Amino acid sequence: MQAEQAARSNGGTFSMFWATLRRDLTLAIRHRGEMANPLVFFLIAITMVPLGISPESGVLASIAPGMIWVMALLATLLSLDGLFRSDFEDGSLEQMLISPQPLYFTVLAKILVHWLVTGLPVTLMAPLLGVMLALPQAGYFPLCISLLLGTACMSLIGAIGAALTVALRKGGLLLSLIVMPLYVPVLIFGTSAVQNAVAGVAINTQLAVLGAFLAIAIVLAPLAAAGALRIANNG
Amino acid sequence: MAWQWFHRLGSPRWFYEKTQPWLAWLALLTLVLLVVGSTWALGFAPVEAKQGNSYRIIYIHVPASFLALAGYYIMAVSGAVGLIWKMKLPYMVMKSAAPIGAALTFVALITGSIWGKPTWGTWWEWDARITSMLLLLFLYLGIIALQQAFHSRDTADKASAILALVGTVNIPIIYKSVDWWYTLHQPATLKFIGESAIHSSMLYPLLVMIAGFYCFYALALLLYTRAEILRREHRTQWVADLVGKFAKGVQ
Repeated sequence: MQAEQAARSNGGTFSMFWATLRRDLTLAIRHRGEMANPLVFFLIAITMVPLGISPESGVLASIAPGMIWVMALLATLLSLDGLFRSDFEDGSLEQMLISPQPLYFTVLAKILVHWLVTGLPVTLMAPLLGVMLALPQAGYFPLCISLLLGTACMSLIGAIGAALTVALRKGGLLLSLIVMPLYVPVLIFGTSAVQNAVAGVAINTQLAVLGAFLAIAIVLAPLAAAGALRIANNG
Repeated sequence: MAWQWFHRLGSPRWFYEKTQPWLAWLALLTLVLLVVGSTWALGFAPVEAKQGNSYRIIYIHVPASFLALAGYYIMAVSGAVGLIWKMKLPYMVMKSAAPIGAALTFVALITGSIWGKPTWGTWWEWDARITSMLLLLFLYLGIIALQQAFHSRDTADKASAILALVGTVNIPIIYKSVDWWYTLHQPATLKFIGESAIHSSMLYPLLVMIAGFYCFYALALLLYTRAEILRREHRTQWVADLVGKFAKGVQ
């Protein structure tokens, strides 16, 4: 059945995108337990905040937007290492590199699955954490919107770092070092959106800029990541 | 024929031999500019109205910041040239530019901090310029770390070149974001067109110091690159001859 399906596919430009998407989603579902890791990290890390700083709701409310964003950033960062690594280790990355389809779409599909498995659940869980950190009412919806755009940007930008360090044994910390300065603009505008919303000011600017970052990242990041994958694999 | 100079530039040996006579002159020029600039800046420039004498640290702080940023672009452009034309030498220049740029960024941050204490009353302040400089330092450190991480020289070079280029795209974005985020640092007083907001008696020693720092950067880059050439080409005959000549001369 699958052989017939493969024979029927016309091997067009997007075929690799859908094939990789299907494959990676299947792999992710088969390791369902691993999907919980970023979420649990998010939860535990947020719990550290009132324990380490102060449980007063006034204090927590003032730092809630930033803290939730920073923890979401860290959760994304920690999950990036595995983006290309398992494929690199068993050789399927090399197969993707030598296939006739453009590597851009393969990488884009992998990043999309990574976001669906990490960024999207983190975004959906953010309101719960807002409650834990006494985030004011006005901040919840902007938090979700900004995180939606922001986590997608972060998955895309982080993929570049993951591609550069895929061949290194202890690439995890180096990955964070490389990628964090690149995350700063996303963090700034994301936090600013939530803080402005809490203060009652319009947030169109911030959301527009985050959208612009996402647009640029969708176009350019898979290109850089593809180039980095070729280099890292040949090394 | 026209491109011959460009392709010759790609030969490490040609570069090494061509830059040999430059070093003495460049060192002399650097020394003169820095000494003249420093004496003028520290001794003869007027006392500032609000800050007194403590403002004089800008004569180190400003050139260091300029060079830190310019150095990143030099590094990124070398990386790009190496990736596009697949030459050895640009990668050596890129590798050499990284520690020099990182050191200059660090100097800029430290001198800025020292300037901040009497001016703002605090060693550190999270304003636009300082934060952007700090992020620039992290970008440099990332490239240095990535260089060290790979076993294969070739992979390390290409990966660092890609990272440098990604950082180049990001630097204006980071700068604008941080600027938008917080504006405490005074807006740029040095303009290329029209009257600068800084008085000419303070401006001229600053320009001399900036020129001196550029010469210093060029000197440092040449010295580091030449060392890198010797390191990478140590198995060739001309390096062996060079070492042999040096050994004989020492005797």
